[in-house]
Amino acid sequence: MDFELTKEQKDIKQAAREFAEGEFDKDLAIKHDKEHSFPRSVWKKACELGFVGIHFPEEFGGQGLGVFENVLVVEEFCRKDSGFGTALALSDFASEIVMRHGSRDQKAKYLPAVSSGAMISAGCFTEPNHGSDITGMDTAAVKEKDGWSINGTKTFITNGTIADFYIVLCQTDQAAKPSYRGQSLIIVPKGASGLDAAEVGDKMGIRMTSTAEVSFSGVKVPLENLVGEEGKGFYHVLEFFDESRAEIASTAVGIAQGAFDRALEYSKQRQQFGQRLADFQATQHKLADMATWIEAARLLTYKAAWNFDQGRIDPKLTSMAKLYAGRTAVLVTDEAVQILGGYGYILENEVERYYRDAKITEIYEGTKEIQKNTIAGALIKKK
Amino acid sequence: MEILVCVKKVPDTADAEVILRPDGKGIKEDDLAFGINEWDNYAVEEAIRIKEAHGGRVTVVTIGVSDSEDVLRRCLAMGADDAIMIDGGPFAGSDPYGIARGLRGIAAARAYDLVLAGAQAGDDGFGMVGPVLAGYLGWSHATLVTSVSVEDGKVAVTRELEGGLEERLRLALPAVLTVQTGINEPRYVSIMGIRKVRSKEIPVLDLAKVGLAAGSVGENANVLRRIALSVPPAGKEAEMIKGTPAEIARKILDIVRERGGVG
Repeated sequence: MDFELTKEQKDIKQAAREFAEGEFDKDLAIKHDKEHSFPRSVWKKACELGFVGIHFPEEFGGQGLGVFENVLVVEEFCRKDSGFGTALALSDFASEIVMRHGSRDQKAKYLPAVSSGAMISAGCFTEPNHGSDITGMDTAAVKEKDGWSINGTKTFITNGTIADFYIVLCQTDQAAKPSYRGQSLIIVPKGASGLDAAEVGDKMGIRMTSTAEVSFSGVKVPLENLVGEEGKGFYHVLEFFDESRAEIASTAVGIAQGAFDRALEYSKQRQQFGQRLADFQATQHKLADMATWIEAARLLTYKAAWNFDQGRIDPKLTSMAKLYAGRTAVLVTDEAVQILGGYGYILENEVERYYRDAKITEIYEGTKEIQKNTIAGALIKKK
Repeated sequence: MEILVCVKKVPDTADAEVILRPDGKGIKEDDLAFGINEWDNYAVEEAIRIKEAHGGRVTVVTIGVSDSEDVLRRCLAMGADDAIMIDGGPFAGSDPYGIARGLRGIAAARAYDLVLAGAQAGDDGFGMVGPVLAGYLGWSHATLVTSVSVEDGKVAVTRELEGGLEERLRLALPAVLTVQTGINEPRYVSIMGIRKVRSKEIPVLDLAKVGLAAGSVGENANVLRRIALSVPPAGKEAEMIKGTPAEIARKILDIVRERGGVG
């Protein structure tokens, strides 16, 4: 049992913090938030410094480190700015599927491009009629002699309008029983004929991140664009979620910590009735709760990431981390807005944006209800 | 160019609540975040840039205890080639003369062309270590340096003076320069840099290794004695500027100009 970060991990955390403090400009964040735009120049810089794809293998442009180190970076990024942090953390979204299951050629083609800032990735799982339940896909890929032909629509796709390639979960065997045994993952490059993407519209939060509906109308790609095994797509995606949920949990921990920092600072400055807000027991109890939730969420998240790096898959643990961290982000940002009062309700004071950016962590990568299903299923050994 | 850069780990007090210790001789440091002295970070960046342009090596040195090692690793990750730690134990409570004596041993022992240091430290703010070190070494020096260009056997520098003035100097090498903030834009530490220094050994030198006798540094060897720290009483000399918005703006501009805030 050792809770101490290694020297290298401390250095990484510090480097991520210094980068975020230097580059995540508040006014720029507000501009991107208002315009619903991706912070491209800051993302490029983060890639050049090795923050994106830190967990990719060295031979494929990464830093050869683990999910744990990625979690440390993402937490620091989101702590400094919930919008920049989330957008950058998700810029390599689902690339891990290529990293874990892709062919050598696929890894060589995509991973160095993603980590160096030449490409953005997207994972297309959710469909208009299949959100939490992805056991059956309406998007179908038919194997023809010269390639796959894909038809269907995906929605709420992170990086949908800015991605350079899409990893698409398709039904490749309509007769498979149960249906999820007939699913496969196929890479579709940007610009493919019949591929279309449009933003889902104004969102409550994570407005610096693209979220789009992506449609495939007779899209043709070569047979070698299959990632992993044919018929194993569903399983590959579940394994990916085990990794990605630790990352989403770390965005939630960072968002919560960032909101807490601001609320603590304010409570020590603001005077009412002749004393600081921090001198009121009502405020003190809020701060104590917030700090306790954050610490618990962080420990769960670190354990989930560490466990994955040990080569173990434990969906119960990653679901607990994501469930608890997401709840913490929502509760802590709520209390942060409350502590700042009217000032917390306006865009200029940041916690308003943290509050909006927190909620998605209870929705995407599996809603909190799905996380509870996973946890309960593991507890009672549901078949 | 062989360059030595002297760095220090200091508490970040810019936005923190600073609380005096009960003995009045220092501040409570438990809750403060520590990092590289801001001025030193610019000095490290400047040294790396000189190396990149002219070749050579950059060595960073600090007088500190084991938890200062992260500051040295940070400099290595930025691009310094070597790091040296002088065991800070015997230097506890040292004034700038004691610190400069410790650094002299390093600077004199190897053939450095240039020693860079921050113009001052963010904690005690003496601004003395660089000039005193130059005095001990018998080298020329310049303080508050805002630009450096290396010429054959010489270095041309710009110094920042009061009132927005600049002074240009040419110094023979070897020389000691103390660097002002803003001289460059320090690079970020990259993950590649951190990985490169992962297994770098940082030697820790004791007093004998820097040519000093026991008792020659530390509080009892000080020339300067700190009597007390205190928080200054709140000033009552605020000047209320009256007039139309345009008149007020004009007066503010005049005041800022007068004090060298704008050119």
